[in-house]
Amino acid sequence: MEAAMDLMRRISPNDSDTALTALLSLLPDHSADLLSQVDQPLQVLCDVDSGKEFLLCDYNRDADSYRSPWSNKYYPPLEDGSVPSDNLRKLEVEANEVFAIYRDQYYEGGISSVYMWEDENGGFIACFLIKKDGSKTADGKRGYLEEGIWDAIHIVEVGPEEEGTANYCLTSTIMLSLTTNGKSHDTFNLSGSLRRQMSMRLSIDEGHLCNMGRMIEEMESKLRNSLDQVYFGKTREMVFTLRPPPEGVQMKLPDC
Amino acid sequence: MADDDYPQPDLTVKEKKEMAKWFLTHAPTGEIQYIAKDIRSVLMDEDVYEMAVSEAFPLYNKAHLISLELPNRTSDILVTTFGELDDTHYLEPRTCQVATVDHVKQACRAVRPARDDELPSSYVEEFRGALDAEVLKYVTETYPKGTCAVYCTNGKDIEGPGADFDLVVVISAVRHSPQNFCNGSWRSIWNIAFKDELQAVEVTGKMQVGAHYFEEGNVQLDAKHECRDSTLLQSPEDSAVSIAHIIHHHESEYFESLESSYSNLPDTTFKDLRRKLPVTRTLFPWHNTLQFSLTRDVSKELGIGK
Repeated sequence: MEAAMDLMRRISPNDSDTALTALLSLLPDHSADLLSQVDQPLQVLCDVDSGKEFLLCDYNRDADSYRSPWSNKYYPPLEDGSVPSDNLRKLEVEANEVFAIYRDQYYEGGISSVYMWEDENGGFIACFLIKKDGSKTADGKRGYLEEGIWDAIHIVEVGPEEEGTANYCLTSTIMLSLTTNGKSHDTFNLSGSLRRQMSMRLSIDEGHLCNMGRMIEEMESKLRNSLDQVYFGKTREMVFTLRPPPEGVQMKLPDC
Repeated sequence: MADDDYPQPDLTVKEKKEMAKWFLTHAPTGEIQYIAKDIRSVLMDEDVYEMAVSEAFPLYNKAHLISLELPNRTSDILVTTFGELDDTHYLEPRTCQVATVDHVKQACRAVRPARDDELPSSYVEEFRGALDAEVLKYVTETYPKGTCAVYCTNGKDIEGPGADFDLVVVISAVRHSPQNFCNGSWRSIWNIAFKDELQAVEVTGKMQVGAHYFEEGNVQLDAKHECRDSTLLQSPEDSAVSIAHIIHHHESEYFESLESSYSNLPDTTFKDLRRKLPVTRTLFPWHNTLQFSLTRDVSKELGIGK
């Protein structure tokens, strides 16, 4: 399992699908572990009842069907598919509506879905998903990207209420790939995946959604910044270590 | 933790080997040995592992243009398809030596002088040698960890003017820095076609840059570029100077375009995925999401909601 996870850290994020499929068949006894520890690109399905698209993950799956956050129905239809309690469903509906607005303000397009379910400890788990296709043929408003995919998966474990506070543990994963094309036969692709965690104990005066939302917003901004400044920056430094720019040209000195 | 929902038929040896090969050949630059170690413990089958590495390493070594030191320390040798005499023997054209390469260990086992029939004619060698000297000068000045070689890939036996021949220039520069969690490589292959009838030299180049940064994450750059150019067929020395100049010019231009791709990232390219700040330019008002349900109700009434 350790070796499998190391492979996933080395293989290009663009090939993670193929790599995961291969690992699942090589290590059938670890399939549950692999599926829970390796994040996969988000898939999309259409909820015909509401006419809206929703995102698929392990958390809205029951057997081979997926629950839509809009109609609360399973596609393909499933008798007795598990659904959250009425109270939690109410929060889920609100979260989906608010998160769609959040998504639109930051992403100018894309698809989002929020799923919630009770856990055994008296708390609940919420899963916030965003998928944005920023390529110029899709939702890329500025048209710079030949291909550009951003998948965000935020899992928040909310502990039971204690003296007006609750513990929030957020695990966020961003997967992205962007390709810009220059002249013919000229491609520039950056791909990446990052996962981070943060925990906070917060007063629930303003409600769970407000607390979870702020944590996710902060985390997304941090991850975007890390990718942009640190991760892309490091690959750029590497390029300039391989071929240092001519003397006289001011360039930040590479440190690796 | 068996997943009983999806009983999987046992994989055949061939399927396992192909999967292992896929991982090995997709290793980022400088990381195939790590991948091999991982895949060995995933497979738990030494026979399949041995088969996979024996097939994958030669492919990887040639694709990544790896550079190895000759056992007699006279020179480094690039492992390339252009210098491949057979599965394990590779020509080092500058010092006219042939090395026996252990692909899996990524080392040279033995070295011998090249035979005459493995080397180009003295006529072609004049062009090859002159170009090698010019390219070596350029590579030494430009790539701190660069290695280069010039091979004759076509028409190596022609004895004088009146026929076509091809040279290939290979440039490879790598930087492995696992302690800093990053590896990178630059590879370029230039095909130089000497056309006797046209009295011209046609130059086509393929460049590839890769970088992997993996401290608490996995981010990879993969960039490719192709170009073509031409010059007049002149004396070996003059041809060499103008071909090296063409290579220098195109590679510099490509590096400038890489730099501009990077500098466009934060403000333009990346913005099409996710903005730094919302369109409203203030943080999202999580404490006051009621306003959205109000506007939503209004738009529903007006029939403009989604």
